[in-house]
Amino acid sequence: MGYLADSFITAVGLIFSFDREVQLTVWTSLYTSSCSILFAALVGIPAGLWLGIDRFRGRRLIITLLNTLMALPTVVVGLVLFGVFSRQGPLGSLGLLFTPWAMIAGQTVLATPIVANYVLAAVNGSDPRIMGTVITLGASRFQAANQLLKEIRFGVMAAVIAGFGRVIAEVGVAMMLGGNIRGVTRTMTTAIALETSKGEFAFGLSLGIVLLSVALVVNLFLNLLQQR
Amino acid sequence: MFRRLSIFLLLLLLATPAFATEHLRLATTTSTDNSGLLAYLLPPFEKANDCKVDVIAVGTGKALKLGETGDVDVVLVHARSKEDKFVAAGFGVGRRDVMYNDFVILGPDSDPAKIKGTSDPVAAVRKIASSKSTFVSRGDDSGTNTREKQLWKAAGITPAGSWYLDAGLGMGQVIIMAGERQGYTLSDRGTYLAFKEKTPLHIVVEGNKRLFNPYGVIMVNPKRHPAVKVKLAQKFIDFLTSAEGKALITGYHRSGEQLFYVQ
Repeated sequence: MGYLADSFITAVGLIFSFDREVQLTVWTSLYTSSCSILFAALVGIPAGLWLGIDRFRGRRLIITLLNTLMALPTVVVGLVLFGVFSRQGPLGSLGLLFTPWAMIAGQTVLATPIVANYVLAAVNGSDPRIMGTVITLGASRFQAANQLLKEIRFGVMAAVIAGFGRVIAEVGVAMMLGGNIRGVTRTMTTAIALETSKGEFAFGLSLGIVLLSVALVVNLFLNLLQQR
Repeated sequence: MFRRLSIFLLLLLLATPAFATEHLRLATTTSTDNSGLLAYLLPPFEKANDCKVDVIAVGTGKALKLGETGDVDVVLVHARSKEDKFVAAGFGVGRRDVMYNDFVILGPDSDPAKIKGTSDPVAAVRKIASSKSTFVSRGDDSGTNTREKQLWKAAGITPAGSWYLDAGLGMGQVIIMAGERQGYTLSDRGTYLAFKEKTPLHIVVEGNKRLFNPYGVIMVNPKRHPAVKVKLAQKFIDFLTSAEGKALITGYHRSGEQLFYVQ
């Protein structure tokens, strides 16, 4: 018990010491996660709307596939994209491996199915008369979809939060595609993995607490947006 | 709400750090990184050449693989047999000796295989196997793992059974694991010294020429991979083998002990 308690005290001390390296790590986590959730939202929200509104052949199959992709293991994404981004892979000439951009690409792949699924669920849960009514009133299909989007904004926000939660907490993609480079691609999660491997339990724990605090602040911020 | 959110996210995107300085990619072993040597050795080089060395710390096997595929510019590793193969196959050029330390066999106080004070590591692993004492292996194709396999081979033993744990972890984690399981393991001296305070294990076998552990630095062949930053990589290799680099390596101490030596 003393071991855990001591670690906890060291952890709290570290959080308030504003260590430059910890700041950099937090920042890397935040901006890679934010960029990937932005891209995931750009693809996932329209995809979810489309699947929720339109009825076409193969729709059920796509939805089943999407559900499977939600369970995509992060190391599999890391492995596949490693092959794609490696110098010997199809996109090797871009030199993206072990840069934040490779991590952002991997995390976008992880977050997109989650965003799409949550939006789809929100559409399914919305009043089915909205689209029809708005179109009767003379709106185009695009305008009607836009109106529907406004009606389900809380569901969309939940989709973004869920996707963000997935990418900021994952370690497989960040480790394999980022390479855990100090000050460049070291995120909160890969730093925790590293500190644990170095036997620095207290430092790892403190980073864990920082990660939780960051998640809390981000959610508070999004909550604030929701209430407006 | 959406406009506000997207503006916030766009600002974040714009604020991502610009990559102005040149980056040199170094694949190396966990021992040079976990021991703290690189954190001490790199800043003077980075400052003098206005660059950033991106350290990717993996096992020797993986580090050489990253060199083969051209995903890094330089490798700093410790498995001479694999390094020579790497150069002979045309994956790397201009291998240079950098430094050396030695491997040690770590064991618990109880010493169930009774090998404390044995000077021959081959005899020691034979005793570990015959007494079925717990042995934790890196199992990750690293330099240490390569040397461990050579010791088993020299002893004429194929290690298998519930006493032999093939962990697939870095050196530090393996030391921790061997400590928790009260077993033996092979470690480089540098990582052991860095972990001395965190493990109940002690050195039981040391000081034999079979445990000599030289490190070499190799540039990835630019003819194979044109993206290799030849100039910066050469500067880095020259720095490691220069008088300044050697003085820094010799001067690096942990718990009052010197971790690496230069020839």
